[in-house]
Amino acid sequence: MSDTHTSSQGANKLVAEVAMQSLRRHKLIDQFFVIVGLTILFASLLTLALLFTDLVRDGAPRFGWDFFTHFPSRNAERAGILSAWVGTSLVMLVTVCVAMPIGVAAAVYLEEYAPKNWFTAIIEINVTNLAGVPSIIYGLLALGLFVYKLNLGQSIASAGLTLALLILPIVIVASREAIRAVPRNIREAAYALGATRWEVTAHHVVPYSSGGILTGLIIGLSRAIGETAPIITIGALAFIAFLPTSPVTSDFPYVSFTWLSDPFTVMPIQMFNWVSRPDTAFQVNAAAAGAILLAMTLLMNGIAIYVRYRFRKKINW
Amino acid sequence: MNMKSLAALLSMVTIGLSAVPFVAQAQTVKIDGSSTVFPITEAVAEEFQIQKRGKIHVTVGIAGTGGGFKKFCAGTTDISNASRPILAAEMQLCKDAGIKYIELPIAYDALTVAVNPKATWVDQITVAELKKMWEPAAQGSIKTWNQVNAKWPKQPLNLFGPGTDSGTFDYFTEAVNGKAKSSRGDFTASEDDNVLVQGVTQNPNALAYFGYAYYSANASKMKALKVVNSAGQAVAPGDASVLDGSYNPLARPLFIYVNADSLKKPEVKEFVDFFLNNAPTLVKEVKYVPLAPAAYQFAKEHVKNGKLGTVFGGSPKVGLKVEDLLKMEAKQ
Repeated sequence: MSDTHTSSQGANKLVAEVAMQSLRRHKLIDQFFVIVGLTILFASLLTLALLFTDLVRDGAPRFGWDFFTHFPSRNAERAGILSAWVGTSLVMLVTVCVAMPIGVAAAVYLEEYAPKNWFTAIIEINVTNLAGVPSIIYGLLALGLFVYKLNLGQSIASAGLTLALLILPIVIVASREAIRAVPRNIREAAYALGATRWEVTAHHVVPYSSGGILTGLIIGLSRAIGETAPIITIGALAFIAFLPTSPVTSDFPYVSFTWLSDPFTVMPIQMFNWVSRPDTAFQVNAAAAGAILLAMTLLMNGIAIYVRYRFRKKINW
Repeated sequence: MNMKSLAALLSMVTIGLSAVPFVAQAQTVKIDGSSTVFPITEAVAEEFQIQKRGKIHVTVGIAGTGGGFKKFCAGTTDISNASRPILAAEMQLCKDAGIKYIELPIAYDALTVAVNPKATWVDQITVAELKKMWEPAAQGSIKTWNQVNAKWPKQPLNLFGPGTDSGTFDYFTEAVNGKAKSSRGDFTASEDDNVLVQGVTQNPNALAYFGYAYYSANASKMKALKVVNSAGQAVAPGDASVLDGSYNPLARPLFIYVNADSLKKPEVKEFVDFFLNNAPTLVKEVKYVPLAPAAYQFAKEHVKNGKLGTVFGGSPKVGLKVEDLLKMEAKQ
């Protein structure tokens, strides 16, 4: 009797020990993963930081007002990025104006209106897949469609439309996530009060999800701002020492859209051009332009984070 | 969506852009083509626009020689930069589209064969040796220096060259292997010549070829090989040896092709005249070799008389002096 008692006690002890051991091992794996994760995180952040400081250090002699207000030149010290940053800003303006309404409308339709059937399933799969298509493909499509078929030429409009196409999948996917995050009961409450589907969407769903939608849009834009391949394909220029026509004129109706058809260059192309020059002085310009491009991207991401924070704070449900 | 803040943002962007000085609509000279010729055309375009005070606009692209001709023969550009003469297929393209053109040599470039300064065993090279290294048959079989010349050490041979889309590649393969675009494929290729420069400066076993400007900007970090010419002399690349024709067959002329219909427009005519008048100083400034003064004079006469077509008949010729080129009969 006492024998069996002690043996069962021993067995219990053994079980406890095995459990403890397994627990310890799992905790160890836990800690191990934390360390691996942190290491990888720091490695990637450190790479970015090193890259950025390296660019800033290499490009330091060029930073100054002149760099932003001078056109490109054969003389590295005189060369600036005026036509490049104006070109990039205008192309981005077109991209926003096209990608935002279409992207949000598509997301609203898919989430709020579309019936769940095989047809919408195919659309969904395609939208997700489009996000992974190499950007050069978009460039070739745009060359055929916008530049030649629609006869827009090698213009700011063509470039803006191309990049809008490129970031549409990103905008749509992000907007859908944001719309889906709006709780079901808000919609039900609105319907219960007799609101139509359009009213529910316009007054509740879209305003509540606008933080997420804007974030998606800005992340898309940060990708578009660095794109070179599709822009080269549709024919951005490497040397351009004049600005597009001003969008605001002194005569009635004070707004001009001729800039849409003007030739242009953008920051990544200006940078690429400088990198491949024989004269090593241009490497400094390339580094400075790179740092500014990176800063523009970081700034846009910063705005995305701030906007999300602001909208989150406003919403109480 | 907060429409008010969006509208505010958009109007801010618009106002910000309108602060940029207003520019009146001006005539535009459109140029595209070779990235090798780009620095020259850029310099001319820069000076020209300063002189014209913004009345005439000039745009210059870097689609590459081949890409440039595609646009040129579609009629979208007025002038095409080319680091090799127009090819038969491109001539046909232009002919089909009814595009007539004037071929103008504007500068020389010396293709430079460079090695690392630590490669003490080699100072000069023959075209036959270059061929042994670069011909298609060398692919996978020629891997060490001593396979090319028994006096050279048994060390790996690491080759660097421009990408297959560049006119530099076309010219070098024509001059060395006897047929444009025929080359071994197992070398480190890059469209960015600075990658080739880095390859040579960092690797003692490397050999590369690129435009002279890339060598002269990095001359302290690498060694340019003398090339044995048709007369049997080993000649180093440089302004003098290119001009007197002794650096052959790797000295090549660079061209611009001007659309004959565009030339009737006063702004294009003015630009071409400005180009030929200022080429001697500007070409030197961007580290290329200017033609002899007489050659620019000939070119100006061609513009005046409207001499159409190419003197090459669709295939590049190697080792010709520009003065001779300009006297040759042209075909369209």
